[in-house]
Amino acid sequence: MKKITVYGSGCRTCANTKDLIRQTAEELGVEVDIEEITDTAEIMSAGIMSTPGIALDGEIVHAGSQPTREMIAGWLGK
Amino acid sequence: MFELFTRLADAVTWQMLGLVPGSQWGESVHFFVEDTLKIFTLLILIVFVMGFLRAMIMPERVREIVAGRSRLVSYPLAVGLGAVTPFCSCSSVPLFIGFLEAGIPLGITMAFLIASPMINEVAVILLAAILGWKVAALYVSAGLLTGILGGLLIERLKLEKWVEDYVWKIRMGKVFVPEPDTSWKGRLAFAKKETREIVGRIWKYVLIGIAVGALLHGFVPATFLAEHASADNPLAVPLAALLGIPLYSSASGVIPVVESLIGKGVPIGTVLALMMSVAAISLPEMIILRKVLRPQLIATFTTILFFAFVGVGYAFNMLFA
Repeated sequence: MKKITVYGSGCRTCANTKDLIRQTAEELGVEVDIEEITDTAEIMSAGIMSTPGIALDGEIVHAGSQPTREMIAGWLGK
Repeated sequence: MFELFTRLADAVTWQMLGLVPGSQWGESVHFFVEDTLKIFTLLILIVFVMGFLRAMIMPERVREIVAGRSRLVSYPLAVGLGAVTPFCSCSSVPLFIGFLEAGIPLGITMAFLIASPMINEVAVILLAAILGWKVAALYVSAGLLTGILGGLLIERLKLEKWVEDYVWKIRMGKVFVPEPDTSWKGRLAFAKKETREIVGRIWKYVLIGIAVGALLHGFVPATFLAEHASADNPLAVPLAALLGIPLYSSASGVIPVVESLIGKGVPIGTVLALMMSVAAISLPEMIILRKVLRPQLIATFTTILFFAFVGVGYAFNMLFA
């Protein structure tokens, strides 16, 4: 199972990002564990300056915007 | 160039709706129809093209570029880059901390935060298309000037004590710098996504702006504004700046109001003071910044900006009388 962490302060783009990841994973039939980190200090310590940031199995793969469906599919290995 | 939109609005307002040219409602509706067609067409076009060119720079890069430079270089650089750095207002907090963490002084960080929402490439091109390059250039210089002056003042007043303590304690590890996909396919996908996202986010503000502009256009006589908002009335500029503080809109959303006011002969400095104030200061932004700034600093910051807008407004009214 892939573990995806969404770093965001709870804004709309961040919420949309989480929804899009969940939706894409469902469509592709990939099981994911989505974790959300909203604490500013924690987000910063992870090295993320523009939100939403996304980590795949602990490694940061994206930051600063809502990812596209294609990008998410790529992370999920499809 | 935009005659097509005028003709379409003619057809809708006078022929389809049967309104009378010269009547208050007729003129309002005509403005509304014309501007809705014109501004949304332009907006979609501009956002798409800018997205395709990827003519912007990530805040992480700005941080790298600005950190460790002399103030003579870093101030203009911070406000200049602020203009082409897109970030959603919810990113203000991590961005603020990230700048300070890189050793960028508070004044320069604030200069960036002041300039960024005021000047963005979409609003500037839209302003240029509708009101000409002269107005757009004035707006940009006013925004840059306000950013630099505001930042310098915050630096001079040594307001670091009013930044929340925890901010200074945060240590970032290796900062992740997003790499844009610059292949043709990547550009196209990005441009589409940007258009959906940005237009999806600001259309309400733009539509409200057009409605306000249309009502001003149709119902407020030019003589009324000439009497109360002309350069002869010294209170017009501060009132315009004050009015904009609680109002919240994207810079693009204020443009139809600006268009309408300039059409009525309101002086450029007064109109730009209003536009800067609406775009730069807002209640939601203050609430977000409250996470990192003490109320005293938010109050000082707002006051400084208010006076900066008033100063810029007066200066432009004098220069372009």
